[in-house]
Amino acid sequence: MGALTNQRFLILAVLAVVIAVLPFVFPSSYYFRVASLVWVSALAAIGLNILMGQAGQVSLGHAAFFGIGAYAVAIGPAHLGIPPWAALLIGAALSAVLAYLVGRPILRLKGHYLAIATLGLGVLVALVISTESGWTGGPDGMPVERLILFGWRVSGSYTWYWVTGALLLVGTWIALNLDETPTGRAFRALHDSEVAAQVVGVDVARFKLQAFVIAAVYASIAGSALAFMNGFINPDQAGFLHSVELVTIVVLGGLGSIVGSIVGAAVLVTLPQALTIFHEYEHLMLGLIIIVSMIFMRNGIVPSVSGLFLRRARS
Amino acid sequence: MQTKATLKTLLAASVVGFGLSQAALAQETIKIGSVLSVTGPSSFLGEPEDKTLRIYVDKINATGGVNGKKIELVIYDDGGDANKARTFATRLIEDDEVIAMVGGTTTGSTMAMIPVFEDAKVPFISLAGAIEVIDPVRKFVFKTPHTDKMACEKIFEDLKKRNLTKIGLISGTDGFGASMRAQCVKVAPNYGMQIVADENYGPRDSDMTAQLTKIKNTAGVQAVVNPGFGQGPAIVTRNYAQLGMNSIPFYQSHGVASKSFIDLAGAAAEGVRLPAAALLVGDKLPESDPQKKVVTEYKQTYESATKQPVSTFGGHAYDGLFILVEAMKRANSTDSEKIRDEIEKTKGFVGTGGIVNMSATDHLGLDLSAFRMLEIKGGDWNLVASGS
Repeated sequence: MGALTNQRFLILAVLAVVIAVLPFVFPSSYYFRVASLVWVSALAAIGLNILMGQAGQVSLGHAAFFGIGAYAVAIGPAHLGIPPWAALLIGAALSAVLAYLVGRPILRLKGHYLAIATLGLGVLVALVISTESGWTGGPDGMPVERLILFGWRVSGSYTWYWVTGALLLVGTWIALNLDETPTGRAFRALHDSEVAAQVVGVDVARFKLQAFVIAAVYASIAGSALAFMNGFINPDQAGFLHSVELVTIVVLGGLGSIVGSIVGAAVLVTLPQALTIFHEYEHLMLGLIIIVSMIFMRNGIVPSVSGLFLRRARS
Repeated sequence: MQTKATLKTLLAASVVGFGLSQAALAQETIKIGSVLSVTGPSSFLGEPEDKTLRIYVDKINATGGVNGKKIELVIYDDGGDANKARTFATRLIEDDEVIAMVGGTTTGSTMAMIPVFEDAKVPFISLAGAIEVIDPVRKFVFKTPHTDKMACEKIFEDLKKRNLTKIGLISGTDGFGASMRAQCVKVAPNYGMQIVADENYGPRDSDMTAQLTKIKNTAGVQAVVNPGFGQGPAIVTRNYAQLGMNSIPFYQSHGVASKSFIDLAGAAAEGVRLPAAALLVGDKLPESDPQKKVVTEYKQTYESATKQPVSTFGGHAYDGLFILVEAMKRANSTDSEKIRDEIEKTKGFVGTGGIVNMSATDHLGLDLSAFRMLEIKGGDWNLVASGS
């Protein structure tokens, strides 16, 4: 138990150091922008990882919650006069309520059926966002007012680097702690065998729903942060491709590994930026790298690499 | 246990930082940036834009460049993702340090990039359609394509000449259709138009007879307008003929101004009118037309270099590049703010999209003469003589 607590603390400490040290090596604010995007994607991915990696349930429509968070901070201040920070909380609450209401029936489904049901949810939310153009600006998107916290106008790549970095730290801290609580252990039991979990007295339906709601809130807050950061939002962020991107981050980094989600986000966000040197072969290279890493690191980057080092250390 | 965790996180750190370094910029070049949707759902717009920019920058450099300096073109592909476009825009400004930008294929990606260029005070000539790009006017943002508002006005102008005032609308719910529908509804009263039916369809619907039947049965419909894009309008046009509605004049938008529309709609397209840029009918323009030379030259250059038919979208990139190049020549400087001032002073620039006269209050600079009213006859575009 002590070792686990230490490990948790170490992960957080290293993450904090990385966030604090990176600015010293960044030559321009473009790098801050890319890093902020990594932190935001990582936050959404950590939430999804609680659902997928820990509780073993799939969601192919997770961008829906990302979109709800993003549009909450766009629509709230613009149409309803809600302060931006309150809109963020309302967006998170809305996502939680929607996840709860929708999750109750659909989490009874398993495997492909659950995947299709969550996919349907994602498509529906994206459809509503792009059709209700009076509220959302339609497919072309809408501008987002700047976040103002206690009279402080949060804008600029540098500022958002620190804000998103802090959000990621908090998100990581909660996720790491959750893993060690009875809830977290119930999630793991679900993941390994639903029948066995039920036999030992885990309320399967309740814990699945909890994981789904937690994941939705993570995505919603990440969505709000991105919307504030960009000052503009369009329905792509709630779309199917973004859902797939989130799932890819989780799987690529390693199912069930919190650090894996951060690494996965870093790889998937920075690769397209680094690969622009290949011009028209950019997408080919991106596909190739992902295929190769999935073939040689089946459990995801972080579990595979740390497993390799552990084996080395033993022999 | 502890080393394991450290390794995990060190890996995270190294991944974030890798591979982002760029070569130092050469002194004797002018750096122009571009973010285009070369791949993804908008690639049919972005690809000709990308090719046009590359062809003409090479041509300009082969003839000595601008003000004795060669142009270095930096193009990034946003894949149609506005968030990615925003990141590349930051990269162009912060890392590549471009002095101007010609790009932004879609309205969504343009709107996402605008704050970056406004903050950096770097001129941005957008290739996106919607009027929001230049209305309200932003100091550093310009655009070359016609707006959907102008397309509505051109159609209404033609309807007015034919003494038709009661119209039915059938619009796509995609970005293009929704935006143009809103503009048509807005400008209709200025032309004495009354919208008596207002239907819409999803961009991937395969049958629109239900909506058209409703319009057909609406009393007093004198003409039908279809703001739409892609395959939808072709299906509407086919259904229109199937329902025997040909006696009611039918208008398409500039969104279908490509040969593939005629191919898809077939015989049903006969008699359909639409506003489009001169580029589409370059060979049919009279010799006296001021745009004749520009559009035929662009068509020849593009088609011989790419072996693909020319499209108006690539034409927008041509216009954007040359408005910028001429502004740089006039400014005789690589100072972004001076170039911006000169872009705003563009007067009488003859492009593929029309004759551009910009001002402090008009960052598009096109009037309705930029659109030609075309009618499809014998499977080809034909100019509608003014007055008929």
